[in-house]
Amino acid sequence: MGPIIPIAGISTEMGFLIAFAIGLGFGFVLEQAGFSSSRRLAGMFYGYDTTVLKVFFTAAIVAMINIFFLNYFEMIDLSMVYIHDAAVYAALIGGVIMGVGFITGGYCPGTSVCAAAIGKVDAIFFIFGILLGVFVFGFFYPVFAPIMNPEEGSMWFVDNELKVSDALGLSDGIFALVLICMAIVMFWGGEWLEKKFARPDITKEI
Amino acid sequence: MNPYIAGVLLGLVLTASFFLAGQGLGASGAAKSVVASTVLTVAPDYAKNSDFYGKYSHQKESPMRSWLVFEVLGVLLGGFISGAVSGRLTWKVERSPKITRRRRIIFAIIGGMLFGFGAQIAKGCTSGAALSGMASLALSGFIAMMAIFGTAFMFSFIFKKNWV
Repeated sequence: MGPIIPIAGISTEMGFLIAFAIGLGFGFVLEQAGFSSSRRLAGMFYGYDTTVLKVFFTAAIVAMINIFFLNYFEMIDLSMVYIHDAAVYAALIGGVIMGVGFITGGYCPGTSVCAAAIGKVDAIFFIFGILLGVFVFGFFYPVFAPIMNPEEGSMWFVDNELKVSDALGLSDGIFALVLICMAIVMFWGGEWLEKKFARPDITKEI
Repeated sequence: MNPYIAGVLLGLVLTASFFLAGQGLGASGAAKSVVASTVLTVAPDYAKNSDFYGKYSHQKESPMRSWLVFEVLGVLLGGFISGAVSGRLTWKVERSPKITRRRRIIFAIIGGMLFGFGAQIAKGCTSGAALSGMASLALSGFIAMMAIFGTAFMFSFIFKKNWV
């Protein structure tokens, strides 16, 4: 029965070893997918390379369906699984800031570590920027705290469901089906964009 | 690697993380650990009175003893192994030929700062909030994903010269 680490009471040190192993797989797959190249990642927004879309949605859907099945066969206790729970406005505002960071910097935090690992100097500076950004945020934390932890009655408070399927009033299965259909349409669109906005001069280099 | 196959593999790694640890993948959380441990060492009094670092100064353990720090160390080695296997290990500033090295580096730092800042607000980045959030059907994960990719696309016209 999962999640294994909390249920089996695995020691902190052993947990760190498992974290390292998971990271190893994460880093290997990201790099193999080509995410160690900022020009490939940026290609998503100019249409010449939509690898990001394909990898990202395939991964999210595969994991989502796997979790459904683990739950269905009673192999995981979902009440012990962390579901991302940022406040709605915090996710939106943070996401907007990260989006600007994505198109200016060309990486996201995970991919920058991967790119730095193979010697991309721009990625090393990006990581330095992340650390600087977190440090600067430390001073601004009191400004954003009411958005991140909104109290009832504040303008940032939204009484929402934790899960997207509940928020939309759909069952998990129907929501998954809709998401898969949307992903197939987007994959088709991605392939089309890559032909329409093809930049062989860039894609042969990355 | 074929992107759809890479996506399936990434999905399996993500599943393993949920099944073993009860949480998805993450990256930006490790940055907070690094910053917190630095601030705690350099300016312990400031850290103690700060709401942001406060919870670290009350615990005995170093902020570096965290799940995400070890995961990100794994990412570093995993990326390196993959790069070595595929012959991609080279020192390089990746940029469009239209811009200078210096401009690329400055934009990389600015982008990193924005990402680090925004990830603190949204409780995670593309991996922790968007990808892992989506896999666990979190509403905030879908919002973060749409905000990240939507905003990057809206601003892509301004920064076109940097990339194409």
